[in-house]
Amino acid sequence: MTASTATIGPRTEVPRLDIDPFSDAFLADPFPFHERLREAAPVTYLEPYGVYAVARYAEVHRALTDWQGLQSAAGVGLSNFRKEPPWRPPSVLLEADPPRHDAPRSVLVKLLSPRRLRALEAGWRADAARVVDEMLARGRDFDAVTDLAEVFPLRVFPDAIGLGDSGREHLLPYGDFAFNAFGPRNRLVEEGQAGIGPTMAWIDAQCRRENLAPGGIGQQIWEAADRGEITAEQAPFVVRSLLTAGVDTTVTGIASVLHALADRPEDWRRLRADRSLLPRVFEEAVRLESPVQTFFRTTTQPVELAGVEIPADEKVLMFLGAANRDWRRWHDPHAFDLHRDPSGHVGFGMGLHQCVGQHLARLEAVSVLDALLDRVTALETTGPARRHLNNTLRGFEALPMRLTAA
Amino acid sequence: MGGDLGGGNAVIDRARSAATERRASAGTLRVARKRVVAEGVVELTLVSPDGARLPDWAPGAHIDLVVPADGADAGLVRQYSLCGDRWRPAEYRIMVQREADGRGGSVAIHDRVAEGDALGFGGPRNHFRMAPAAEYLFVAGGIGITPLLPMIDQARRLQQPWRLLYLGRSARRLAGLAELAELGGAEDRVAVHAADELGRADLDAWRPADPAVRVFACGPNRLLDAVEAWGAPPGGLAPRVERFTAQVSAGASPSAFEVVAAHSGATATVDAGESVVDALRRVGVDVITSCAQGVCGTCETGVLAGDPDHRDSLLDDAERARGDCMFPCVSRSRAARLVLDL
Repeated sequence: MTASTATIGPRTEVPRLDIDPFSDAFLADPFPFHERLREAAPVTYLEPYGVYAVARYAEVHRALTDWQGLQSAAGVGLSNFRKEPPWRPPSVLLEADPPRHDAPRSVLVKLLSPRRLRALEAGWRADAARVVDEMLARGRDFDAVTDLAEVFPLRVFPDAIGLGDSGREHLLPYGDFAFNAFGPRNRLVEEGQAGIGPTMAWIDAQCRRENLAPGGIGQQIWEAADRGEITAEQAPFVVRSLLTAGVDTTVTGIASVLHALADRPEDWRRLRADRSLLPRVFEEAVRLESPVQTFFRTTTQPVELAGVEIPADEKVLMFLGAANRDWRRWHDPHAFDLHRDPSGHVGFGMGLHQCVGQHLARLEAVSVLDALLDRVTALETTGPARRHLNNTLRGFEALPMRLTAA
Repeated sequence: MGGDLGGGNAVIDRARSAATERRASAGTLRVARKRVVAEGVVELTLVSPDGARLPDWAPGAHIDLVVPADGADAGLVRQYSLCGDRWRPAEYRIMVQREADGRGGSVAIHDRVAEGDALGFGGPRNHFRMAPAAEYLFVAGGIGITPLLPMIDQARRLQQPWRLLYLGRSARRLAGLAELAELGGAEDRVAVHAADELGRADLDAWRPADPAVRVFACGPNRLLDAVEAWGAPPGGLAPRVERFTAQVSAGASPSAFEVVAAHSGATATVDAGESVVDALRRVGVDVITSCAQGVCGTCETGVLAGDPDHRDSLLDDAERARGDCMFPCVSRSRAARLVLDL
């Protein structure tokens, strides 16, 4: 795949970097690499894969919003769907452009709007209280990933969609695999490949109308098809989008905000006293940690970006995590700062494809944090955070912590 | 057809209201081009004052435009369908038919708005979304062609079969005929029916029997009533129509207003050229935003008192009318004081 781009090559002003953003070293500690990518030039060229890269806020923002010049339908991972077949039928949302993208997107925007989600809020808050109470009953020491960040979304999200009770254990591996698959076929993809068959079959089955509970978001997607807002062929793929992108991301988001808040007694006290800060806390954690680290676009035509002309049909890698720590945009960018206004971060993307589930993610996170703040006066770590490596998500394997009950 | 207004501009310049000159940044569009496209129809090309991308839209969308009102400080808010090309992200296009006995918006645009003017805007919003179909029948009455032009372009891009029935009193008054000829005239997809030449159209002859055909129609109420009366063909879906809205509202006063964050009592003056979010930030109240264009919904805020001037792309008319929430990254106030649940 690199052969064609390597022979044409970028124009000379684009630095060629020998950085592999999907290597274990990069994924385990991306920050020194981000620094090199950001400071080398506004646009760089990554030799190992023959792709262009942007890591500064301004260029990432531009690449995210300019859907006319930088398309998604050729895949938002490394693979160029114009040259290689995708590993699964492409998403009708994430891997689509206008006009095909319009109808599925507008259906989900409506179903996942804050006004619609309000109907779920009371139930989610009660569930969050139960999850935290159950955890407290087991003692002071806990793992913020396996005891909380994974437990809560897996309790509320599948119910909201209307999934059956059996097989929910497939959700996390499916998300993990799908987000790995945006990268190259490296070790992470190979390892996930082994058991993915039954998981994919389960996911596909859940998207069918007869397997979705009445009143759930999944069934409402099918009802939109009855009204002709989307086609019956699109409906299962719209459901699939939620199952792909709705679990691992929110687990990582919740883990990220707990990771950020642990060992910060001042902030914890302030939050206990003033819950209106919660939305800001979550956004700041999403900015700092950027659960979704990268996405690709593909140029539809020669695109001028920061004075560089990128030829048509080239992959452009956007480092959301690096943009969210660009000193050009953020003061003291590596600090978790409750006084900061994190508005405009690109952790949820930006523009036409901006995370359609972002309000759902916020509601999940705020529900958990609120329940925790009601019951806990201090949160401290008891061991190093262990990262879970994924080609796209910056998640955790373990976050050992100790809490002090109120 | 077409041609510029030429000498008419001088008259328009003198009549330009002070209100339009004062508002020139956030939430405003600059008239980059004004031209006559049919008898009694002008087309405006609108751009962001700083040339930046405008909020994304899809066929069927309209914008709320704040049109200078004769002698009044606050402008009139009028809805206009976007008829341009969304592959050109830095401009919107609208077409406006002069309605001498209308409610004043179209006359203001024809007579008082000139190239270079800044007009407040909201949206785009979309209550007339194009939905997937195997085949389309578009029915336009006069200026009702505007939302259908981008739909036709979309059908063409998707290589979906389509036809258009375009009705009007006379061909001279029908806008977009040249574009339509380019889009599909050669394949005989467009039927123009001018009443002054052909008499009354036999509309029901166009009623589709095939459930695969979806009807999208825009035009005068009488036409849309007739199209809606077709109902759904067996196994198909009912026609979708967009009526010219009868909403009457006033836009924000161009003078400053006061915004209050209820929880802290912090108060800020929102000047004409800044957003509510910017003003609140000055007094230490941060509202978390994301897109800053009224599109993503992140900054939704409860309204405790006041009369919000909605400029977002998210709320429908009923939600706007409730006035209990707003998106302060773009929305403003129609009254002197706005109290937010912050």
